[in-house]
Amino acid sequence: MSEAATTTAESPSLLEAMGGRALNVAESMGQFTMLVRSSLFWAIRAPIEWRQTVTQMLHIGVQSAPVSILTSLFTGMVLALETGSSFINLFNEPVFTGTIVSFAITKELGPVMTAVVVSGRAGAAIAAELGTMKVTEQIDALYTLGTDPVRYLVIPRVIAFLIVLPILSIFSDFAGVFGGGLVGYLKLGIPPNIYWHEVFDHLDTEQFFHGLVKTFFFAFCISFISCFKGIFTRGGAEGVGRATTEAVVYSMVSVLVADYFITAILVAIGIT
Amino acid sequence: MIDAEGVKKQFGPRVILRGVDVKVETGETFVLIGGSGSGKSTFLKSCIGLVRPDSGSIIVDSMDITKLRDEESIAKYRRKFGYLFQEAALFDSLTVADNVVFGLRYLRPDISETKYRAIATDKLALVGLKGIEDLKPSQLSGGMKKRVSLARAIAAEPGYVLYDEPTTGLDPIMSDIINDLILDLKKKLGVTSIVVTHDMKSAFKIADRIAMIYEGRILQVGHPDVMKITNNEMVRQFVEGRSEGPIKMKLKEYD
Repeated sequence: MSEAATTTAESPSLLEAMGGRALNVAESMGQFTMLVRSSLFWAIRAPIEWRQTVTQMLHIGVQSAPVSILTSLFTGMVLALETGSSFINLFNEPVFTGTIVSFAITKELGPVMTAVVVSGRAGAAIAAELGTMKVTEQIDALYTLGTDPVRYLVIPRVIAFLIVLPILSIFSDFAGVFGGGLVGYLKLGIPPNIYWHEVFDHLDTEQFFHGLVKTFFFAFCISFISCFKGIFTRGGAEGVGRATTEAVVYSMVSVLVADYFITAILVAIGIT
Repeated sequence: MIDAEGVKKQFGPRVILRGVDVKVETGETFVLIGGSGSGKSTFLKSCIGLVRPDSGSIIVDSMDITKLRDEESIAKYRRKFGYLFQEAALFDSLTVADNVVFGLRYLRPDISETKYRAIATDKLALVGLKGIEDLKPSQLSGGMKKRVSLARAIAAEPGYVLYDEPTTGLDPIMSDIINDLILDLKKKLGVTSIVVTHDMKSAFKIADRIAMIYEGRILQVGHPDVMKITNNEMVRQFVEGRSEGPIKMKLKEYD
């Protein structure tokens, strides 16, 4: 009885727990804003670390390209199979399969799937690397050597993401549309010339641009969230694990949320 | 000269520094001793601006780090210092040579690549290392890492060097080698140093003056010989390494 009473007295009330949580969220948001502000400051005031940036571009590209291309290839394949077989049921032939696959891949699935895959591969790697640097005092060492970690670690990664993610997305677009064509030919009996005719008859640069513009926002979200989670890691190896998981989850969620709002803005300004 | 006055710091409910007053003269090796959690590392980090004190001032060459706000002035202030981390904190992705000249690349971007290499070799020779320029930190032993970190700390020839537990985790012979290096660097470069340690053998060997910090306050400052025969019971207990005395440390967390 007395033990239970002690436990109740020591554990925080619901209101205290909620207040504590709200304070943590507010603190994190403040730190994130400061990180973005500091990045802008150093991007303007100091030369870009191009050596670091190129290294990061290679890391992100090499780590993520095979997985994102493979994912997109199969997404295009399944999309063609679903739409083609549905249209066979409805119209007795797989009409407009190329058009639907190319629209869905270039405007939506290519950029989003690439961003999700890159969050899991490169985003996690960045959070783990910076988190380890934090807990082994390497970030503090940068400060003591008169170098701001934002300038040396964050800006190269953000720039690398802004360059590499759109390129990966273009590769994914090609892979996805090609996958659709492969299934269209092998499973649905669509002749390749018909499939590609359906693709290029309706797809123009505006649709391509619609998908591409999203990737810049996704790159911004993933790179800043991953760097933020890494640089503000607390609590040793366990903290690095937590930071890595949170970086991936928050990056993926932010990509999906941002996707809707960017699409809404693009539709509103007539880029459809 | 490093002049700290009334430095206070707390992290949440935990009060770490309760008003530290320390004056380190130019060219002096000042050793700060104290138990785990006494606030000595927090004070050292405050001196270089890694921790911002809640109140008080730390003035180095007329610059008060507690008053500096913009990133550029803080970076400029920090370049006066070299800092040896407890776990060396070498950059895993860089070679030993790149680690050593890392700070110098920002301070002197006009230097040619071959000159950087020559500087790295010189500084490594100063700490007794040769032919390891192209190795990665993961290929080095603990003692070598500490020495490379020391070479990195002095690469830009700072006026001040801060040592955070330089002998912790090393065997007695390597500890003595590090002590000799600290003395040697003082003689050759004339640097002003603050050394944080709980290794009393090391403290007595390298210190010009020793200060003991306990629960965020300086208990006593004095010459090593004075600290050996002090009447202050707490300092005496710590210096002699006795478990009995006025300083009560918990044997078990639930005691």
